[in-house]
Amino acid sequence: MTTLLQNLVDGFGRGSTYALLALGISLIFGVMHLVNFAHAELITVGAYVAYGLSTRDVNWWVLIVAIVVSSVVASIAIERVAFRWVRNASPFTMLLTSFAIERLSHALWQVLVSPKKKSFPGPGWAFDTWKLGSVRFEIMDLLTIAITIGVLTLTALVFRRTLFGIAVRGAAEDFDAARLMGVRANRVISGAFAYAGFLAGVAAVLILMRSPTAEPTLGADWLLKAVVAAIIGGLGSFSGAVVGGLALGLAEVFLRSYLPDGTPQRLTDAFVFGLIALLFIARPSGLFKVATAERV
Amino acid sequence: MLEVDGLTTRYGAITALHAVSLRVDAGEIVALVGPNGAGKTTLLNTVAGLLRPASGTVRLNGDDVTGRDPAALVRARLALVPERRRIFRDLTVEENLRLAGITASKADRRRRLDEVRELFGVLANRWTTSAGYLSGGEAQQLAVARALMSDPRLLLLDEPTLGLAPGLVDTIFELLVELRQQGRTVLVVEQNARRALQLADRGYVLRTGRVVAEGRGADLAERADLFAAFVGVGE
Repeated sequence: MTTLLQNLVDGFGRGSTYALLALGISLIFGVMHLVNFAHAELITVGAYVAYGLSTRDVNWWVLIVAIVVSSVVASIAIERVAFRWVRNASPFTMLLTSFAIERLSHALWQVLVSPKKKSFPGPGWAFDTWKLGSVRFEIMDLLTIAITIGVLTLTALVFRRTLFGIAVRGAAEDFDAARLMGVRANRVISGAFAYAGFLAGVAAVLILMRSPTAEPTLGADWLLKAVVAAIIGGLGSFSGAVVGGLALGLAEVFLRSYLPDGTPQRLTDAFVFGLIALLFIARPSGLFKVATAERV
Repeated sequence: MLEVDGLTTRYGAITALHAVSLRVDAGEIVALVGPNGAGKTTLLNTVAGLLRPASGTVRLNGDDVTGRDPAALVRARLALVPERRRIFRDLTVEENLRLAGITASKADRRRRLDEVRELFGVLANRWTTSAGYLSGGEAQQLAVARALMSDPRLLLLDEPTLGLAPGLVDTIFELLVELRQQGRTVLVVEQNARRALQLADRGYVLRTGRVVAEGRGADLAERADLFAAFVGVGE
């Protein structure tokens, strides 16, 4: 019982980070039909900003804000500098552009900072524990759950209630029809990148609080899982991305706990990907089917 | 209100419009008819900014708006009800309309939502339904209602009666007259060619990307020679 609960909490913790990232990937896919392989680089940006500030003894609360803001700014900047120019190019060109940004980001951090890991102090209270009956929770676990629920609720409100959110959903379904309604292409895409940046920033906060380290390839591992989570959910489906992320996180944690001790991480991943392969045999378009959008 | 001069639009190597010229005066209903593949939709899409012409100009109230973005043209009070409606199926009726009012101020948007709700009783009953669940007639009314949310002076409609039951076709034709009474100008592409021409002040007949006839709507509607070539068009 205790293990089960512990696994649930751990799985939710991992899964919610995947969910936040997958949601950003799904959002960008919706408005641009681009699987943005540079998305997780936003985590790396947040990590180096946090590392830079922490050497100046900045309080963690300030770091949290700085991580989120830098991720939003970087996301908007990447769209401006790179994706805007290939927006009407073939999907393959856009895909290559996103790979190029990812590689460029890795190289830049290696050159500008260092190819080595840079660790910095995490918030002291993150790993304090809190006991409920026989189960011990880390503050971090509870914080992760609370933040994820908060951010997902906010996201639901933004996309259901605000004109910006409705415009993004409309543009995701039929971009030209949205333009005919007066939706400005640059604005809605820029806004989608900003929001995706915000979600990635929150994910980065959760990741960095647990393991406060900056390294050039930090984003790479998260990226793969986030893309997989978005695809499990059905690319372009927002609720699908969330469910996909949580399912992936839970699957990882439960598999790890049932596989014999000492099974290497990579092998656990292999089992997870095996399960995903089975899922796609049963449901090739992911858990949530998205009406195919038209782009002329 | 609208002057199209020598408009040529190409899809790659295929030329869909060959130097088409036409005009729509304020307060008119103008019908644009012709067989399939004549370039009617291409013309509307080029005027509305979805396609860039290879040459020629589009003037709106005297301003050259050739190749301008659709979002900018909506702000210049030109709206297109596109071919196959293209309503947002994943959004509710209300969300479709709110989105279409994106160019308006908050107060105007609210006021127009009320007006549209009044004008299209069918939609009022399905307000919070996803538009994907609407019937063909309801969807078409939503498409027109959506265009009205930006309070256009010039409304372009592409096959507004396509796929509708005869009773609903009447409703749409009555709506065109009502739009004119509201002081709007209408350019309509129609498959019910004779009927549209009878209703219209003026008409243009397009064939393989060229204007082959123009004149008073009622006169064009009488010309049997024009319709002989329309396979499956007219009544």
